[in-house]
Amino acid sequence: MSPEQQRPVTLVVNGVGHRVTIPVRRLLSDAIRHDLGLTGTHVGCEHGVCGSCTVLLDGRPVRSCLLLAVSVDGAEITTVEGLAGADGTLHPVQQAFTECHALQCGFCTPGFLLTIAAGLEDNPAPTEDEATELISGNLCRCTGYQNIRRAVLRAAELRRSGAAG
Amino acid sequence: MTQIFGEPVHRREDARLTTGRGRYLDDLGNDAAAVAFVRSPHAHARVRDVDVTAALDVDGLLGIYTYEDLSGPLADPLPLLIPHPALVAGRTGYPLANGIVRHVGEPIAMVVATDRYVAEDAAALIDVDYEPLPVVVGIDAARRATHLVHQDVPDNVGARLVQENADVVAELERAPHRLSFSQTIERSASMPMEGRGVYARWDAEDRSLRVYSSTQTSTSVRAAIATKLELSPGKVEVVAPDVGGGFGVKIVHPWPEELLVPWAARLLGRPVKWVEDRREHFISSAHERGQLQEITAGYDDDGRLLALDVRIWHDHGAYTPYGIIVPIITSTQLLGPYKPRAYRCTVDSVYTNTVIVTPYRGAGRPQGCFAMERTMDRISDALGLDRTEVRERNLIRPEEFPYDHGLTFQDGRPLIYDSGDYPECLRLLRELVDWDGFESVRAAAAAEGRTVGIGIACYVEGTGVGPYEGGHVQVENSGRVLVSTGLTSQGQGHETAFAQIVAQELGVLLDDVVVTTGDTRRFGYAVGTFASRAAVMSGNAVALAARNVRAKALRIAAEALECSPEDLDIVDGTVQVRGDPSSAIALATVAVLSNPLRYAFDDAARAATQFAPRSDPSRPPVDDGDAPGLESRDYYSPIRSTFASGMHAAVVEVDRETFEVRILRYAVVHDCGTLINPMIVEGQIHGGVAQGVGGALYEVMHYDEHGQLLNASFMDFLMPYATEVPHIETAHLQTPSPLNPLGIKGAGEAGVIPGSACLASAIEDALGVRIAAMPVSPSDLFELLATDPERTRSGSA
Repeated sequence: MSPEQQRPVTLVVNGVGHRVTIPVRRLLSDAIRHDLGLTGTHVGCEHGVCGSCTVLLDGRPVRSCLLLAVSVDGAEITTVEGLAGADGTLHPVQQAFTECHALQCGFCTPGFLLTIAAGLEDNPAPTEDEATELISGNLCRCTGYQNIRRAVLRAAELRRSGAAG
Repeated sequence: MTQIFGEPVHRREDARLTTGRGRYLDDLGNDAAAVAFVRSPHAHARVRDVDVTAALDVDGLLGIYTYEDLSGPLADPLPLLIPHPALVAGRTGYPLANGIVRHVGEPIAMVVATDRYVAEDAAALIDVDYEPLPVVVGIDAARRATHLVHQDVPDNVGARLVQENADVVAELERAPHRLSFSQTIERSASMPMEGRGVYARWDAEDRSLRVYSSTQTSTSVRAAIATKLELSPGKVEVVAPDVGGGFGVKIVHPWPEELLVPWAARLLGRPVKWVEDRREHFISSAHERGQLQEITAGYDDDGRLLALDVRIWHDHGAYTPYGIIVPIITSTQLLGPYKPRAYRCTVDSVYTNTVIVTPYRGAGRPQGCFAMERTMDRISDALGLDRTEVRERNLIRPEEFPYDHGLTFQDGRPLIYDSGDYPECLRLLRELVDWDGFESVRAAAAAEGRTVGIGIACYVEGTGVGPYEGGHVQVENSGRVLVSTGLTSQGQGHETAFAQIVAQELGVLLDDVVVTTGDTRRFGYAVGTFASRAAVMSGNAVALAARNVRAKALRIAAEALECSPEDLDIVDGTVQVRGDPSSAIALATVAVLSNPLRYAFDDAARAATQFAPRSDPSRPPVDDGDAPGLESRDYYSPIRSTFASGMHAAVVEVDRETFEVRILRYAVVHDCGTLINPMIVEGQIHGGVAQGVGGALYEVMHYDEHGQLLNASFMDFLMPYATEVPHIETAHLQTPSPLNPLGIKGAGEAGVIPGSACLASAIEDALGVRIAAMPVSPSDLFELLATDPERTRSGSA
């Protein structure tokens, strides 16, 4: 059987460019996790429903399990490892998740964090219904979402007050 | 001393889990070879031949294995983990199919390759020749027994279990009123966001294995691997890393993959890893819930339940590796907070050509609760009494504890409730949801053309089952306190809760306590995390170990300070004379002194060396009965389970056009004894309720008549999103357990138990239909409203 077709690609993740040669069929989620070793991005379903693998592509949340890594050559990708400041200061949404007990097993958490971080850029002061809407595309099996919704509102508050991030 | 136990302190796990630094199974072993499985596409078939020829040319292939390659204990059937006298025809599968497959998804061949993509390429080229066999799907087909799942089980019945505490037939005959009904509950599944996974490394020189598994029991996985691979347990280490949810499915062990991956690592002499994908999880892990129930109840004019006779058919799938724990729990926990004079439950646990059925959060309790609570609602209706009033009259009273039901629970011990206050729980719930004010809510809604209803369900949950758990507490010379326990964590916040217990017991700062769970290198004796047992079992074990360490620290410090241990206290990591904090010694120094030394490896250690002033020449450096080190290992083994309880109420609105059910309010009163961390307990309740909502309204495994699971993806198996789960209002009651030193009861499963019963009650109240099958979809409600002959309810329909 013929070897897999390979292609060089530049993955710019959390501001750092990585030049890698990878099989053309490799999913972005697998490339981030296995080729770049950034295992904070999690794979929960591999069919784009659960949202655990959400990363930001040029600032927009995308399902990295539904993208081929070679298709995002040169684009700016943000993963959960890139949310905190360079000095380690937590992003408001990271801080809010701890304060509000918005995670239990933590597996779906990175996808929520990135979805919410991007959502708050668009809408810095969501209502409770808007907070629900913001997180309604991600699955969590542990929390029942109540504390995640609270964390959205708390993150917005922290973000506005500049208390973090 | 600051209070730490009982406080809603933030979780110590979160710092790594919110920054992408968690270590889940697939985050480990990036260099490992990858595994993919060839799994049966047939629900029942004879495997005539496995032809691997075409796969052999795949670049990167390392090996393909079938049953023929297995030998010794590995070629034997998988263990039947929990034998029971009633399980007369228990059957288990093989790590790889031995001639016959009995459900879609059963593994037939294992492929090892350089990466998962390549392994799947090779797996796709393996040609299996099947002879399809007749398929048994669903309880009705199993009962008909026209076809058999196992040829040597002629009626498809694996077990017939009878639980009986009095002459139910006589009591039924004597009862002034009787009613009978039947109902069904569909299959759902744990469905953690992280599937299963196994990663193994073989050290050829040391002849030892290290295995990481996304499991709820690392010690038992180790025992299974050691047995099946014929290794000394001392040569097998099993570590549960961060685990992305369990909810029961990961307590089953050894999964075929937990044996095959380590076996392949040893065979190939290189690290090997398998990570389950979502489709595999649907068709190869475990499901739960599916039951048919026939209920006959006898009651008096006041609605007192006199006799309850329950017949259950429980679908346990193709094999019974976990025994009949689920039906045992259903048949005992069905009783809830009530006390019928006579009770009998007869369960047939039957084989079908479907995925195995093993505990999923609630573990048979939601079905039992559904049976009892639907009975309570029907009695209320029949007598025209308020549903809470009928329940109130049937509750076990606070003065009746300990209450002995005269049955045997899942731990093989008598079903004796230890404590509780059910009338107070009901009073709190009625208050919280404003039960008495609901008729005005209904009227106001009706005036707007809206249809609403209110429902209630109550449960009792046996938690903290034995046999035991252990804890180890060690004060390092730095003053840092290391705590370990053998059971595992899947998001329950054990690193925080157990640290709270130890910090409080020992008198140290929370930040100085570091907890490790589920790592056989640190603690080799354990049972596992299931049955809402972790806080009760390991919580008490680490508390006992911490108390031992405290006593030893006070003794050593008293010698150093030349006072009596009774005069000393430990405050924030310093042992000090009560009332005279200036006379003190750091716990870190006590740790140094606890270990008499010959060699001073640093300045602190000099204090413990043999020429130091403390050395008393009249006594041996380590006294009889003493041991070096400021550490202790202790165990908690309960006489029997401790029983938590709770009651839920829901207000729902049913759209009369679409029949969509919207939950307007969801109220929970919960009693799990003394709370270690109320924030974590609330979180557990929220998550449980969400799964209860899923089970009540959305989640079902759709098998067709050929045994194909039609909805084996997150697109088609509908788990609740944030838009489906209501805001949950909670109130806590704290009735301490008299059975354990900390007075705690388990909380992990509680939230899910009454979900279906409570929502069925509310929907019935809204529409006046009779619901006898869960989950209930909008289409079901539409059909029910068109056809239901029992529309006798006083609801607004």
